[in-house]
Order: sequence, then structure tokens, then C-alpha cells
Amino acid sequence: MYPSRFRYEAPRSLDEARALLVQHGDEAKVLAGGQSLVPLLKLRFAAPELLVDINGVPGLGHHTEDADGTLRIGALCRHVDLERSELLAARHPLMASAAPLIADPIVRNRGTLVGSLCHCDPQGDWASVLLALGGHVVAEGPHGRRTIPMAEFCLGPFQNALRPGEIAVEAVAPAPRGAASGTYLKLERRVGDFATVGVAVALETAGGRVVRAGIALTGVGPNNISATAAEQALVGRPLTAETVEEAAQLAADAARPKGDHRGSAAYKRHVVATFVRRGLARTDLEVAA
Amino acid sequence: MTYGSTGTSEVRETRTGERRISLTVNGERKVVEVEPRLLLAHLLREGLALRGTHLGCDTTNCGACTVLLDGEPVKSCTMLAVQADGREITTVEGLGTPSELDPVQEGFSTEHGLQCGFCTPGMMLTSRALLNRNPDPTEEDVRWALSGNLCRCTGYQNIVKAVLWAADKEKRS
Repeated sequence: MYPSRFRYEAPRSLDEARALLVQHGDEAKVLAGGQSLVPLLKLRFAAPELLVDINGVPGLGHHTEDADGTLRIGALCRHVDLERSELLAARHPLMASAAPLIADPIVRNRGTLVGSLCHCDPQGDWASVLLALGGHVVAEGPHGRRTIPMAEFCLGPFQNALRPGEIAVEAVAPAPRGAASGTYLKLERRVGDFATVGVAVALETAGGRVVRAGIALTGVGPNNISATAAEQALVGRPLTAETVEEAAQLAADAARPKGDHRGSAAYKRHVVATFVRRGLARTDLEVAA
Repeated sequence: MTYGSTGTSEVRETRTGERRISLTVNGERKVVEVEPRLLLAHLLREGLALRGTHLGCDTTNCGACTVLLDGEPVKSCTMLAVQADGREITTVEGLGTPSELDPVQEGFSTEHGLQCGFCTPGMMLTSRALLNRNPDPTEEDVRWALSGNLCRCTGYQNIVKAVLWAADKEKRS
């Protein structure tokens, strides 16, 4: 399959990339890892006039922690970097557990987290992770830099909140307010398939109680879904069999699954509840009897 | 060489030579002119006549088109040829020679790691990259590493054995 014709630029600096995007607006697409964009180009679902390949732009490959614990992931940080990251393994359990579940190992060598967020596929895993962490996307454009909360970043399937001329340079997960634990659970028919259901669970705890809870769902709606009622049901409380069950049911209620070849709507809803229970059982806070 | 000189009619049609790139393929420096939309897999197969790189699903699923980009496996159907500018590519043709097989190739032969052979180039390149990074993989490591390469014949058993055979041989030598 051949993409339709496009012009190709490989800028060597972020300024150059931004200038190209400002100049070409809606007609330009940013190419980072290309693991979603190139298939779209081949299917001709996307046919931009200009591809701005940012792979040669320095300073975007990082994943680093600020002094206060804020995690920053650059636009060229690839899934494999996160999968092999000692920083994530030591201090960011939800992200560390999600990284090896993204696509397949070969795709992870090229694909990027920020690119995956920008793609806004409702079956994308990273958006749920960032939602559960209360993260945001940093964009740079003609009017400077702005942050877009993850909860406002995907406007619909395959539609992000970036304005013409803007480029997403970083994804940010804020510093946890207590001890952070969490996990990502994904049901897939085989490696590399999209999630039948994915659930991200992030807990911040102090003194035996939940300070902040993040629960987000993949593949069960027109976008990744924050299960806010389930999150609220946990905050300020210890984990007990009752609170866990309440959160599991509220998360299942928040899902908007459609039946398809991967499973019926009822099945997917059931998996959401099961994954919330399992996810909470795997956090640092012990479930009290 | 100029890209397209050995190409099929389908690919010659795209010969507008918009960009000149230079890349190293199997240790040999190539300077080619490519249209930006040309995929790396097509450059290798049609432009450079390296037909060991197979196109299977053409949708980033099967891994038959896997090549090594600076030593790491990538799906060459999901990368533009222009993006290989300045990079080093290894295809199955660069893995070994008939008289001097790579241990991975020997392993696939000895352990019958293939039936139809279509997925084999990608399987072997992914395996080569695994062994370079982890010379002593467990069976689980091998299965995990190969989970982006699909085989419809073997049920994977002999492929896994082949890779472990190669690891073992390299440890002994």
C-alpha cells in the first residue's frame, strides 16, 4: 500500500518544526514514531500535504523526574525506553506496568507515548494511564506554550485538542501526594491486538487511606474514560472489601462499551469491574477485611 | 545507484527523485533518491533488490518485514525510506552467507524453525537483536521478544527451540 503524495521535511530544531507547522497549519502532520500515522497514511485515512518528521529534533527523547517528583516524557521517548526504564520501575508503577503491554515489541521500538496520546485512539492504552495519573500534555504553538489536561485532550475518536500550528512536546504526570502505587491491566486476544478492555488504576495513599485515586478505562467507549465516581468512592477511605466493590461497580457503570468481535458489551463491562478489583488488590494499600 | 533502476513498473512510477538519502545496508553504503512516501520495505525489495524482506500483512501486525535499524528490529512497512537517511539497516541478506550462516540461521535449520519460510527473515532478525542484547535468554524471554512476529505454520515451538539453540551455540563458542 502506498501513501498518497506528501512533502517531507525533517527539521533539526523545535523552532524549525514549529515554524513549519505554523506555516502549514492543518495541512501538516507531525511524524514521530509513525506506528499509528504511517498505517493511516497507507490506508489513506490521512493524506497530509506535509509531513514534519521530528525524529531529528534534539531534546525530545527524555523521560525525567523533576525534583518534586513530576514525571516528564518527551515527544520522542519511545515505548521501549519506558519499558526498560529503571526510573519507572523504581518509582512509577502504573507507567512501568503499562509500557510492556503497548502493541508488540517491534512497534515499541519506534512508537512514542506522546504520539500515542495525540492519536486519540479510544483503544490506546497510554491515554488511560495519563488520565488515571491526572496528567497533561504540553503543547507549543504560535502563541507559546500551554498545558492541556489529559481529560480535555481527546475531543473524540482520533481527534485531539491541538490547534493548527501546535505541537505536543511533552506528556507530564504530576508528582504524587502520597505513596504512589498502581497498575495497568489489559485484556487482549493476542499480543499486538488492541485492548478488548484496559483499566488503569493509580492510588496515592497516606496513613492507611486513599489520598487520590485514578481509574481510567480503555476500549469501552468513544474515548478513554475517567471513572470519576469510582475514584471519588475511594478518596479519604481505607481499602475494604466494600469500598473496592463499590469502586468496581461504579467503574463498570462508567463504561460505554459496544459489542463487537472482541466481546459483548456486557462481557466488557464485567471485565472492567474485575480489573478494578484486581488492580486495587495489587496496590500498596492492603484491602482490610 | 539511483533508486528504481531495478524496480517494478509500479515503483518506477514513483520515481520523482525528490530526496537523496544515504544509508548503510548490510554494511554497504547506498545513496538513493526516493520519493518521501516510499516505504523502507519497498526501497529494500524493489530499489535494492533485497527480496528477503517479506511484506506480509502490510498493516504493522505480522512482522514479516522486520529489519534491523541500527541493530533494533523495526517493521519496514511502517517506516518511510527517507527516515533511514544516515542509518544502518540489516536485512536477512546481511545476516550470514550460505557458507557462513549466522548461528540463528543455523538454529532455524537444525531445529526446523520454519515451514513455509515466509515469516522466517523477520523471525531471525528479531532473534538476532534479542541475542545481541541478551545472550542467555529464557524460553519466556524468547517468546516475549518474538511476540511481534507472526507465524502461521509452526505453532512457534521449533522457532523458540531454534533461538535457544543459537544462544547455546554462541555461549559455547
